[in-house]
Amino acid sequence: MSRIVIICLFIILFVIIMIPFYAVALSSFKPGESLVRYGLNLSLDFEIMSFDNFIFLFTGEHDYFVWFWNSMILTIVQVVLTLFVSAFVAYGFAAYHFKGKNFLFICVLLIMMVPFEILLVPLYSLINDLGMVNSYSAIILPGIANAATIFFFRQYLRSIPKEIIQSGRVDGANEYAIYFRLIMPIMKPSFAAMAILNGMNSWNNLLWPFMVLGDQSKYTLPIGLKTLLTPYGNNYDLLIVGSFFSIIPIFILFIAFQKYFIDGMTAGAVKG
Amino acid sequence: MIKKFVYSQKVAPYVFVLPFILIFLVFWFFPLVNSFVMSFQDRMLGQDPKWIGGANYSKLLTDKVFLTSIKNSIVYMLGTLVLLIPFPMLFAVMINSKLMMGREFFKSSFFLPALTSVAVAGTIFRLTFGEMEGSLMNSFLGLFGVEPIKFLKDGNWSMAALLILACWRWTGVNMLYYLSGLKSIDNEYYEAASIDGASAWQKFRTITMPLLKPTTVYVTTISVYAGLAMFTESLMMFNGNKSPQNIGLTIVGYLYRQGIEQNKLGYAAAVGIVLLVIAMVINLTQLKFSGMFKKEED
Repeated sequence: MSRIVIICLFIILFVIIMIPFYAVALSSFKPGESLVRYGLNLSLDFEIMSFDNFIFLFTGEHDYFVWFWNSMILTIVQVVLTLFVSAFVAYGFAAYHFKGKNFLFICVLLIMMVPFEILLVPLYSLINDLGMVNSYSAIILPGIANAATIFFFRQYLRSIPKEIIQSGRVDGANEYAIYFRLIMPIMKPSFAAMAILNGMNSWNNLLWPFMVLGDQSKYTLPIGLKTLLTPYGNNYDLLIVGSFFSIIPIFILFIAFQKYFIDGMTAGAVKG
Repeated sequence: MIKKFVYSQKVAPYVFVLPFILIFLVFWFFPLVNSFVMSFQDRMLGQDPKWIGGANYSKLLTDKVFLTSIKNSIVYMLGTLVLLIPFPMLFAVMINSKLMMGREFFKSSFFLPALTSVAVAGTIFRLTFGEMEGSLMNSFLGLFGVEPIKFLKDGNWSMAALLILACWRWTGVNMLYYLSGLKSIDNEYYEAASIDGASAWQKFRTITMPLLKPTTVYVTTISVYAGLAMFTESLMMFNGNKSPQNIGLTIVGYLYRQGIEQNKLGYAAAVGIVLLVIAMVINLTQLKFSGMFKKEED
């Protein structure tokens, strides 16, 4: 009995979660004006449905694929650098006792609790002074030692036996060789988990890139999609299929790493 | 010589944490101090700053729009706490139970909304909550004979819409956090409880919930942060930083309006400092009551 109740509940939740996706997929076959007039809806109106939006996406004159490509490059570079640097730092916190460690770790925790948004104004003027406006480095650099990611890796590393490090030292490896050759390979599942979370954040990030990037040719996908909505009219024809296509890469990333995702999360941040 | 120094076991830890120290100093500490300084100035981009003492802060206290933004942010944050902690916890327990089928399928499909960007999700929900009769939400309510509602012109309805958007996007993520918390609970506790004849509810209350506390503390901390810092959701939902009678204005939205849109850097900085204080007070109180500080000592 209760099995049926639980499964029914999950099926209902599943349907609710999927409705917006279904509505978007459906609407991408409808002309933009129907969205203006009726909003998002579930009606299967075959008379107005066509592939026009898709044809426009792939052949029309717009910057969609420039944005797409920009987002792709930015996300890949950002994720690789952030994971590399954050894991490096996390190892320092997990493997050693050193003077100032507690203080520094409190700084990590503080960053996790301080809304990044309060720094928008001073950070923007700093980026301005450094001449980094309009560059991807202004987006990548501030987050490269990501506090939440460091925290996660540190928790993960704490569960790795210290004997591995000791045996590395006995074999005459230096501290960095121990990290790169012995520890990093063990961290693979946690890298996968963090690749998903960081990739998701980077691919979807809107506010800070929007402030930093003035140059249209550098726009990322979320910014580009946002600019399709203006007070003077909304380009729904492109927006709706564009939105639909924007989910696909991150979806593939998720499917590819999903296997490691839960395992990685388990060992991570929330073990307490 | 230098190589030997850098390679020594005493120096190595500092080399490892050096990137963090640098980034922290340049991109956090310096802007934070700068923000604090700016909050006591009358300052515009490209002009010399003028010291005005605490005038920005005293102005904030009587700024009705600012108080509205605080109210909105706090209501939103409390709403996400009420909706995005107990339900994901329950769903995680259910999905983890022996009765469940298709576990992997549900896990990943519940996570899907989190993969969408705010730009996309906000647009979807703006159109879902359109005021027209035919829009998704109104046509659904129409089935029950409810007249079309202008969701995004009414404070309560638009807050509900923002919260529904938050639930749609984050239920699956929080559920995953709880699932990973559940994995670390030893099955022996449940076996022992079964021998004592405990009911499912008793097991949930006396074993599951207490042992999930670290997860709850973590999820609460990130929810407080995300709730207070919410801005882009509202930006997309209302197609801009302006909403009727500021019903969708958040603290960060106000900071953005003052600092970026109107170039009042000093005033915006003061808004930021107030937000910082609110976030710290709530989170530190929360962490103190959950006894988290004792844990970090070891």
